Amino acid sequence: MDCSPVKTAILGGWAKHKLNSTPDPSVCVVALQVAMESAALNFVNTTLNWVTLALDAPAARAVVFGVHIGGHLFVEVLLLVVILFLLSQKSYKPPKRPLTKKEIDELCDEWVPESLTPPITEEMQSEPPVLESAAGPHAIVNGKEVVNFASANYLGFIGHEKLRDSCTFALEKYGVGSCGPRGFYGTIDVHLDCEAKIANFLGTTDSILYSYGLSTMFSAIPCFCKKGDIIVVDEGVHWGIQNGLYLSRSTIVYFKHNDMESLEKTLEKITAKNQRAKKLRRYIVVEAVYQNSGQIAPLDKIIKLKEKYRFRVLLDESNSIGVLGHSGRGLTEYCRVPIEKIDIVTASMGHALATEGGFCTGSARVIDHQRLSSSGYVFSASLPPYLASAAITAIDVLEQNPDLTSKLKENIAILWKGLSDVQGLSIASNPESPIVFLRLEKSTGSVKGDLQLLEDLANRALKEASVFVVVSKRSTVDKCPLPVGIRMFVSAAHSECDLLKACSSLKKVAGVVLKDHICA
Amino acid sequence: MITIPYLTALSTYFSYGLLFAFGQFRDFFRKIFDWWQASNLQGYAPICLGLEDFYIRRLYLRIQDCFGRPIASAPDAWFDVVERYSNDNNKTLKRTEKISRCLNLGSYNYLGFAAADEYCTPRVIDSLNRFSASTCSTRVDGGTTTLHKELEDCVANFVGKPAAVVFGMGYVTNSAILPVIIGKGGLIISDSLNHNSIVNGARGSGATIRVFQHNTPSHLEKVLREQIAEGQPRTHRPWKKIIVVVEGIYSMEGELCKLPEIVTVCKKYKAYVYLDEAHSIGAVGKTGRGVCELLGVDTADVDIMMGTFTKSFGSCGGYIAGSKELIQYLKYTCPAHLYATSISPPAAQQIISSIKVILGEDGSSRGAQKLARIRENSNFFRSELQKMGFEVLGDNDSPVMPIMLYNPAKIPAFSRECLKQNIAVVTVAFPATPLLLARARICISASHTKEDLLKALEVISQVGDLVGIKYFPAEPKKQLQHQEQQPGKDTIKLE
Repeated sequence: MDCSPVKTAILGGWAKHKLNSTPDPSVCVVALQVAMESAALNFVNTTLNWVTLALDAPAARAVVFGVHIGGHLFVEVLLLVVILFLLSQKSYKPPKRPLTKKEIDELCDEWVPESLTPPITEEMQSEPPVLESAAGPHAIVNGKEVVNFASANYLGFIGHEKLRDSCTFALEKYGVGSCGPRGFYGTIDVHLDCEAKIANFLGTTDSILYSYGLSTMFSAIPCFCKKGDIIVVDEGVHWGIQNGLYLSRSTIVYFKHNDMESLEKTLEKITAKNQRAKKLRRYIVVEAVYQNSGQIAPLDKIIKLKEKYRFRVLLDESNSIGVLGHSGRGLTEYCRVPIEKIDIVTASMGHALATEGGFCTGSARVIDHQRLSSSGYVFSASLPPYLASAAITAIDVLEQNPDLTSKLKENIAILWKGLSDVQGLSIASNPESPIVFLRLEKSTGSVKGDLQLLEDLANRALKEASVFVVVSKRSTVDKCPLPVGIRMFVSAAHSECDLLKACSSLKKVAGVVLKDHICA
Repeated sequence: MITIPYLTALSTYFSYGLLFAFGQFRDFFRKIFDWWQASNLQGYAPICLGLEDFYIRRLYLRIQDCFGRPIASAPDAWFDVVERYSNDNNKTLKRTEKISRCLNLGSYNYLGFAAADEYCTPRVIDSLNRFSASTCSTRVDGGTTTLHKELEDCVANFVGKPAAVVFGMGYVTNSAILPVIIGKGGLIISDSLNHNSIVNGARGSGATIRVFQHNTPSHLEKVLREQIAEGQPRTHRPWKKIIVVVEGIYSMEGELCKLPEIVTVCKKYKAYVYLDEAHSIGAVGKTGRGVCELLGVDTADVDIMMGTFTKSFGSCGGYIAGSKELIQYLKYTCPAHLYATSISPPAAQQIISSIKVILGEDGSSRGAQKLARIRENSNFFRSELQKMGFEVLGDNDSPVMPIMLYNPAKIPAFSRECLKQNIAVVTVAFPATPLLLARARICISASHTKEDLLKALEVISQVGDLVGIKYFPAEPKKQLQHQEQQPGKDTIKLE
């Protein structure tokens, strides 16, 4: 509806009349005002008409009480719009001023980085003893022959002539290195033979070879555990496993070292918290024989818990392959658990099998998945072929001579008996573990003090008694809370008089060094 | 800079789309089939969920026979590839007894030490008899022998740094060193195309990670300025230290790092430089000392030099070289030194002997000959391939040359056709390279003779015609018929 021309006409007429009748400046002003008003009103009315036409709102057409609603409505709408506008304005923020080039230059000049390494202290400069021969049960250190308890040569394969022959043959045929990752012509037939042999020996479907023992665990774990999964792990595991857990970004829960009740409580707590188990993968990670303490994990109890709470088990058998079980097949044979119940078994071959590298074994699905998504397998060169053929020969020799494991057990028993009455030290490991772990009965109070004392003991044993033992050392990035101690690796190649000599020397040296620390 | 012809990019996207669609189709049927059959997981979550292994199951398995080919001899210039067959459409591959003698263009054998060598092998066998195949213990326990000490001195001398420490595996060297020298509160700036071991080590350290554009010192400077001015995220405290990680030769591009410019930038902003010379040590430089020698950078300017022995020295293992304090500190805290078995003595002897040969200390000039031959071979091969019209990446003097394939169907075609004619090549696709940029990677060795290279060029040219990968116009002598457009107006530039 168009009343504006009428209004304009009326106002215009009135203005003209005024102008024509009295040429008064005030009247001119008034006339101007009226003209402006009319223009404004004209504009307002046009807008209103547009709006009503567009919206087809019947309300604007109504004439209530004879008053045209148009103007009112417009003012109210305008008020509403202003209120909304003010409400939607953000609160006052000082404007962002990016740093100028000069300011950045100043900051860069001021900044002083830390030095790359902290200052070198006394203890950082100690050098380990240097061997001049093979690390067999008797080794030559600094020109003297010593009884060697520092190599994890459990079955005495170092220096074995069959291994030496197969290595020589492989070196002449294949050279030393494999010059490529497994995906790009680095797969040599000895690798495939070795994998088949290991799978056959342990009774699983397939296995996969890694080129380094330490990288086995920290490549296998991130393959299967991603963000959001839950992993329950023993607090005494070694650094390789800790790194793998960190890289997997899953939720990690520790339970007390080798304590089954603590494990059960933890599993109970986790299952109660997370009811939606469909997409959540849950794992328990344990070692068969713990590197840091010599304890043996009770696998049968763990399997019972696993089946009750529906977790998968990852077992690290580095120190138990070739050692536990009457034919050396590891913890599963020792605890009489069928190996199919363990989902993933990994091991480093640098211990009983006397070569380098590691392997992982399990069901075919598990192994195939690792061939493409395990970073330590895909992005790294493969194991040198002579080491793979040494592994094959080592397993052959073990299968043909199962009495090696019983000889090892006898040696461990002799050493246990001899060391049980050393003053100041107590044996903290399991009686069947090949790592005999001696701990201070009374600690000095700090880890550093303990280490100092034990180092002193080990040095004296080497110099005065020609017995080579080592102290377990910790890296600054290692989070293991277990105490340090002296580690002795028993071998099937040690003779009885070696072991007795070691016991008597340790007793003597401990008596001298620890006389202030012997508890009454 | 890689330029894809427009049509090729479209056809590559289309191929991947088709493969993806087929894969989803088959997955859908499998889901129905599985639901029909009761699953036997009994309450456990499946070990690989949904799309995690989609790529493996539906795309990779189709061309699985191009990867992981087993060999039955040393990875020398000519080697024996074992033939495999499959009964279930490439899902599992079985070995046969038959072998075929092929020319090796895939192994990292830059100086030809892969097979038994007349100087090195007798010494290696000697050390095997003396020290046996493994020491079975860590370096700090009973695993340090006189051989290890000699090796570390030799490596430090060769690389040009005061001291060095050696580990048994190159991958672990990167993963275990970075967490020790930098932690929370530090910043790692790494090149966008760095190797997986560096990425893993950086993640494991807990430091903040920023990436700069591949081989662009100006972008590195920009990132450094921003980061130093801003400080740590959220707290804005100043960074404890900054380490810039670069590689000598990038293995998927074949190009050299712009080391002089990067070192200048880092010195200006007081950041530490970490150089990973996995592919370049022993292979480039006048006496084989790596990119520092080739590009004229003083080794004292690079704070941490890392390298591996797998490629040029024919052995295994990795090293870190740096100042005496750094190496002392690493020997005290690095987990790879404290917990991992020491490097196998025969492998250590191989490294010592091969360094002696390279430096000429064995009394012959074989080392200098090998270095000259690899340089000649690489330059010759690269220029010939470029003349034929292939798209070859990489700088001069670098023994790694990738040939672009792009289309996923050409990957198995190129690989299988070359194998039929007894040339073994390596093809690389996703996820080692970006999705569109699949390539075939050639690694030249000093043990390749001129005849070998000519034969290889002939076969690659034939197969290239067959498969259609000559994206550039050939030299005017030959006129090739190929369907792709000439690059020019309608190309997409990718960096």
